[in-house]
Amino acid sequence: MTTAEKKAQGIEPALRARDLTKVYRTGEVEVHALRGVSLDLYPADLVALLGPSGSGKSTLLNILGGLDQASSGESWFNGQLVSKLDDRALTRYRREHVGFVFQFYNLIPSLTASENVALVTEIAPHPMPADDALRLVGLEERLNHFPAQLSGGEQQRVAIARAIAKQPELLLCDEPTGALDSQTGVLVLEAIERIHAELGTTTVLITHNAVIADMADRVLVMGDGQIVEERENPERRRARDLRW
Amino acid sequence: MSPLNRKLTRDLWKMRGQVIAVAAVIASGVAVLSMSLSTTEALSETAHAYYERYRFAHIFGRVQRAPEHLADRIRLLPGVQAVTTRVVKTAILDIADFSEPVIGQFASIPERGEPELNLLALRAGRLPQAGRPDEAVLSEPFAEAHGLVPGDRLRAILNGHWRELEVVGLALSPEYVYTIGPGALMPDDRRFGVIWMGREALQGAFDLDGAFNDFSVGLLRGMDPEPVIRQIDELLANYGGTGAYERANQLSNWFLMNEIRQLKTMSSILPVLFLAVAAFLTNMVLGRLITVERAEIGLLKAFGYSNFEIGLHYVKLTVAIACIGIVLGWIAGYWFGLANTRVYAEFYRFPFLLYEPGPNAFMLAAGASMIAALLGTISTVQAVAALPPGEAMRPPSPTMFRRSGLSKLALFQALDQPTRILLRQLGRWPLRSLVTSGGIGMAIGVLIISFQWLDAINRMIDVYFLQAQHNDVTVGFGEVRPASAELALAGMTGVITTEPMRAVATKIRFGSREERKLIQGVPARQNLHHVFDVDGHAVDLPPGGLVISTILGELLDAGTGDILTVEVLEGRRPTRQVPIVAMFETYIGSPAYMEIAALNRLMGEAPAINTVHLRTDPLYRAALFRKLKEIPAVSSLNLKEAAVTTFRDTMAESMLIFISFFVVFAGTLAFGVTYNAGRITLSERGRELATLRVLGFTRAEISYILLGEIGALTLVALPLGCAIGYSLALLISGAFKTELFRVPFAILPDTYGLSILIVVGATAVSAFVVRQRLEHLDLIAVLKTRE
Ligand SMILES: Nc1ncnc2c1ncn2[C@@H]1O[C@H](COP(=O)(O)OP(=O)(O)OP(=O)(O)O)[C@@H](O)[C@H]1O
Ligand SMILES: [Mg+2]
Repeated sequence: MTTAEKKAQGIEPALRARDLTKVYRTGEVEVHALRGVSLDLYPADLVALLGPSGSGKSTLLNILGGLDQASSGESWFNGQLVSKLDDRALTRYRREHVGFVFQFYNLIPSLTASENVALVTEIAPHPMPADDALRLVGLEERLNHFPAQLSGGEQQRVAIARAIAKQPELLLCDEPTGALDSQTGVLVLEAIERIHAELGTTTVLITHNAVIADMADRVLVMGDGQIVEERENPERRRARDLRW
Repeated sequence: MSPLNRKLTRDLWKMRGQVIAVAAVIASGVAVLSMSLSTTEALSETAHAYYERYRFAHIFGRVQRAPEHLADRIRLLPGVQAVTTRVVKTAILDIADFSEPVIGQFASIPERGEPELNLLALRAGRLPQAGRPDEAVLSEPFAEAHGLVPGDRLRAILNGHWRELEVVGLALSPEYVYTIGPGALMPDDRRFGVIWMGREALQGAFDLDGAFNDFSVGLLRGMDPEPVIRQIDELLANYGGTGAYERANQLSNWFLMNEIRQLKTMSSILPVLFLAVAAFLTNMVLGRLITVERAEIGLLKAFGYSNFEIGLHYVKLTVAIACIGIVLGWIAGYWFGLANTRVYAEFYRFPFLLYEPGPNAFMLAAGASMIAALLGTISTVQAVAALPPGEAMRPPSPTMFRRSGLSKLALFQALDQPTRILLRQLGRWPLRSLVTSGGIGMAIGVLIISFQWLDAINRMIDVYFLQAQHNDVTVGFGEVRPASAELALAGMTGVITTEPMRAVATKIRFGSREERKLIQGVPARQNLHHVFDVDGHAVDLPPGGLVISTILGELLDAGTGDILTVEVLEGRRPTRQVPIVAMFETYIGSPAYMEIAALNRLMGEAPAINTVHLRTDPLYRAALFRKLKEIPAVSSLNLKEAAVTTFRDTMAESMLIFISFFVVFAGTLAFGVTYNAGRITLSERGRELATLRVLGFTRAEISYILLGEIGALTLVALPLGCAIGYSLALLISGAFKTELFRVPFAILPDTYGLSILIVVGATAVSAFVVRQRLEHLDLIAVLKTRE
């Protein structure tokens, strides 16, 4: 189902944002990272977020994921007003609904791969077993390795396993392949694609790479804190067919 | 185990060096506190048990001469449980191989059976047998000081007659825990000892047949001694009684209780200080540790861990470190407490030792340090809670550095890159740098206040003995003598100058306060034994009033101009109103002085003296002593030199074990602070240092960046530490005030120097240890993971 079809069928968007702005103040300098962003993400959407460096992609993702507060504007998740939640409620929101994948893996160095995943399954309401999540990303051989014993791509796949293990409704990935070569990048994307397909997770994927955007249903392009372009991919390409 | 707990255990293991360093600091705090508390507890308990088992009396007193049957009258007073009457006299002894004068206190014991009170703890040999008047039991410390054992002999001048005595036994007594001779300030076992002999033998020797001159009274449990003392005084007034006094005023007990109180003060002030330092350090270490972990914390928050759960994680870390510290501290505290108590028990010559520290001291120490550690964590945990979860999403953002005014200086431009990195690093976190310097400064401060004790003792000696006293010998007469006795001494060969003194036993009252005090009558302007104010000047005595020490003023709550009621306890026992005409400050004792002629007038007597200070020619001293010993009226001879030595030794002995423990503690502290600072800097900047290595910087250059920081912080810490030590010493000398001592505020330059040296040494060791870690910097691992 395309976004347009979902809209036509009257399906409520999973995530809705209106006029989000974000201003960073450092001393006298004000940086307008977001200048009024509105968007609707429908259940099981796979959306790619493109845009030049500094255009506000990460900022948007952080706000959507409840990591950061917008300066103004509102966002809803399943009809719940996320932008007005207090710290405690935001924590619960992240714990129950959101999975994050970061550009810089961010594994806990003192925990093994499976322990890093267990870190999340411990506190999530409906997790899958940690080792199953690692199997999904093809790391069943590496359960007891520490981050320092894994390659960059493997670390990133652990990070993805960690994000999906809680079976989140929303998966937010900030340049998950940024630090990887194309071959390893494809492995990571395949993992994301598989989760999206199997769990129907609403997924946002930030990337600099236009090729990667081809695997999404929809592409949002940001420029200078705004969404400057929005298009639907008529045909989604399989992650394994991508090359860059 | 949950992953978070597993992370906790792995983190603890990974940071074991730092964990041990912090735990060591906490352990030192716990050890000092539990050691101090259990030592004072054990000393108190041992003393009380000693008093109990050996039936230490509750009331003591002297008379000139009272018939035996008076004992029965005392026994009939309400509240009295037991009475012992004795003959107690001091006399000069002659001991082979010891040319200096030795004073013996002779005390009688029943010819048969045990005394009712003040039992002897026989340590060797036996008691004298009835009908053998030359047998004597010596106090054990005195015998040991002279190497005397049962079977040995010694000579004494009893009432003007040479007597040869045979040592048959050695003993200790609760009455003489502190064996302080007449006119002395500290126990000196070589020059003063107690000798017990049969009652009839001493009655015969001192012409006291059928009479006694000393009594002790035991009270029924819970009796107030005051009314009993009043009735005894009435009963004995006509027999030359100098006033009965309660146990609290008994010389040995007074000193002992003073000392225990002094130790208690010490054990309350210093450990509190140490615990505060430990808390401060825990805070510093955890604060920096958590800063290093910002990203992980942001990450956990991003996953939906609540502030509480994350806070709890770090609280657990603190608790784990504190627990390690506490257990180590308990063990050390127990052993140090035992060792310390043994030293004191030996010093006081307790016949047995009760070291059964209750759980209180240990629980208190543990509780206090746990609270201190947790207090140290709270602010950092709050800071954690305030961290935005978005932190984790950001790449390891380079720290904001600004080109400060400093950068524009030509001097700065001339610096090489590593030095610039180093300086910017310090300038970037001025507060944190200050905190680290503060921690090192604390270590210096603790050392200064420890060594300062020795300075203070030296200053006391300097003022009290060297500046104030220009006599080298003090001669005491057993009875009051006419003023001409001074002239007789002045005429002896080897005597350069003399100065008379008369001491009179009195009770001084003002308002509701009362103090037993020997008023010392001295010339208006003294040339040998000065009434000396601690700020360095001799005090001339204005006529017609008392000149008292400020501490006595505080005890009586009286000041210059106030009129005191002086009740004389000797001679005709007049009671007079005497004004305070001046006050002066002194470190030792709480003396009261009066011009000698005025004192004699107050007594209603002709000019009289009972003590003469002498300045002598060293060449003739030995001969002089020999002659002085032969004078029957002379009952005591004190040498200033010996007094200085015993004062120094006694003070040093009782302080030294504490001081050395503090030195170890301060060293641990300095090491703990610098090691942690270095290690945390290493983990904060491992990436940067590794990058520099990758770029081609040498190991030496990156060690310079790392260790240069520690060095610079230590440099800042030095003056800071001296200031901290100065303030703490000021604080302590204010708090440390007993009737016996006021600790002067004195810090010698050497103390600063030594403290700095020790801390710099500890810093160098920890820098070396951290430097070793740089050797093993794993470039790949550091660059791969984001730590
Ligand atoms: N903590 C901050 N303080 C100040 N400015 C910030 C902060 N975080 C981001 N910015 C600014 O906000 C703008 C948007 O940043 P953001 O990280 O969202 O960009 P981005 O699109 O993710 O860029 P990239 O593709 O390079 O990751 C940038 O100009 C950045 O400088
Ligand atoms: Mg970004």
